[in-house]
Amino acid sequence: MSTVSREVTWRSSLYAIEHRLIIQRKWLKSIILFGVGNPTLYLLSIGAGIGSLVNKHSNGVDGVKYLTFLAPALLANAAIQSAMTETMFPTLAGFIWNKTYFGLRSTPVSGKQIANGVLGSALLQILFTNGIYWLILWGFGAMDHPGSWLTYVITSWSGFCVGAVMLYVASMIGSDDGFMAIVNRFVMMPMFLFSGTFYPLSSLPMYVRWIGYASPLWHATELGRWASYGHSISGGVIAIHFIYISSWLVLGITFAHRRFMKRLAK
Amino acid sequence: MPSLENNYVIRASNLKKSFGDFTAVDGIDFTVTKGESFGLLGPNGAGKSTTMRMISATMERTSGELEILGLDPKQRAPQIRSHLGVVPQQDHLDNELTVADNLYIYGRYFGLSRKYLKPKMEELLDFAQLQEKRNEKTESLSGGMKRRLTIARGLINEPEILMLDEPTTGLDPQARHILWDRLFRLKEDGVTLILTTHYMDEAEQLCDRLVVMDGGKIMAEGSPSGLISQYSSKEVLELRFGSNRNAEMAPKLEAYGDRLEILPDRILVYCADAEAVLEKVNHDGLKPMTSLVRRSSLEDVFLRLTGRTLVE
Repeated sequence: MSTVSREVTWRSSLYAIEHRLIIQRKWLKSIILFGVGNPTLYLLSIGAGIGSLVNKHSNGVDGVKYLTFLAPALLANAAIQSAMTETMFPTLAGFIWNKTYFGLRSTPVSGKQIANGVLGSALLQILFTNGIYWLILWGFGAMDHPGSWLTYVITSWSGFCVGAVMLYVASMIGSDDGFMAIVNRFVMMPMFLFSGTFYPLSSLPMYVRWIGYASPLWHATELGRWASYGHSISGGVIAIHFIYISSWLVLGITFAHRRFMKRLAK
Repeated sequence: MPSLENNYVIRASNLKKSFGDFTAVDGIDFTVTKGESFGLLGPNGAGKSTTMRMISATMERTSGELEILGLDPKQRAPQIRSHLGVVPQQDHLDNELTVADNLYIYGRYFGLSRKYLKPKMEELLDFAQLQEKRNEKTESLSGGMKRRLTIARGLINEPEILMLDEPTTGLDPQARHILWDRLFRLKEDGVTLILTTHYMDEAEQLCDRLVVMDGGKIMAEGSPSGLISQYSSKEVLELRFGSNRNAEMAPKLEAYGDRLEILPDRILVYCADAEAVLEKVNHDGLKPMTSLVRRSSLEDVFLRLTGRTLVE
């Protein structure tokens, strides 16, 4: 009998996170450059450019300057985008492109633990890139209210919750026929445009407003605005927003666990 | 781990696996003793890989009994897997990682410490003759190198049992011989090897004992030499008369050996002394286009048992 010490514990999920971090190591420069460059350019063009126009003609939105109004939505959107990339790409690589998950099933790790690992590493990535984004927003003066730090927590949590659903969706894909492009064009883009990102959702006609109500981005944005500059919403509505976003995590991870286990048992 | 009854590391009894109406493994019984090199031989679709998946605790059985290292994989699959080394048919290496990182992260999934993995990786890179490639991405490796890396990866946890599913399929002869050498070394070190293959020379080289499978069932079991002596003659004379004449010539050859096997391209005459039979065939004026005298192999055993060649 071999004397090698083997552990079969919950910690296998941490090894799945370590696996992702080793892969991410080589992308670190790109991640930092994108993390800094993307929001900076965005804020210069949309925030400062359009913002100055809005502020000049309407004295801001929702009682604050336009950039302050816009910032929580941008932060939430960045967190969700980051979550999507960090859950869908590894899952597609693991099941379809490299099929590495099928190699891992010979180790003690379970499909559930691999799923946890992917989501865990996505959370780390969200916290990192969202942290950079928040600091840049702060630098632009869009996060100068006392509760603004909470916006970072709320939007990161929202990204994490949406990431769980994306993880499940990616695990359902049998063959990759440009699926990521479809998700980007038909889910992420409409969500970004119709979730009250650039203007209050109430400005939209009812027949498109439902997209915002269904979108986790709108719920995250509302909570972010409340935390960031005291956007007026009741305690009950705050709870509804939080429960709605968190339900994405519960549903996503439950179905992703099942799907990962089933697919690796085939 | 529990103590092993009769030193059996694997014990399967009436083991079955079905996928809907299709039965891939149909009630097989076998045991494997510690340190043994055991082979599953059969054509594609025989049920070898499904049996391997059940033994490697990655696929649940439909019915029957199965014990690996004294444990039931239905209840203790991760614990069993922690003591196995698996070399699957497809390498499934992580192309985004280097050769060394592939070994490292695979070891981490077994809960192995960095302190243990550091020297172990060096040992396995030497074993697989991949030291020079350690910092290269696996994409750049040849098929033989990838296979050696997959075997090295399967050894990272010093497994009690190493399972190899068609380890040399698709490799050139030189790469196959290097791999065989590596597997011989493991055998000498006392590692239990479970091997599936449809190459009879590989099975003869590497296996102490094997089962011949077809249609999900075990057709025969024994050592390679034992199976040959039980199911075939000592020697074989292969005669080719041209594809149109083989069937026509077969009745005339019936008296020349113990048994005949008529294949589309040749006739096999099973006999004790193939040289003597060939001399008689020529003397009687049957005039084959080509002839070959050889000793019996597992291929002949398989033909006898199933009426089919191993590689189809």
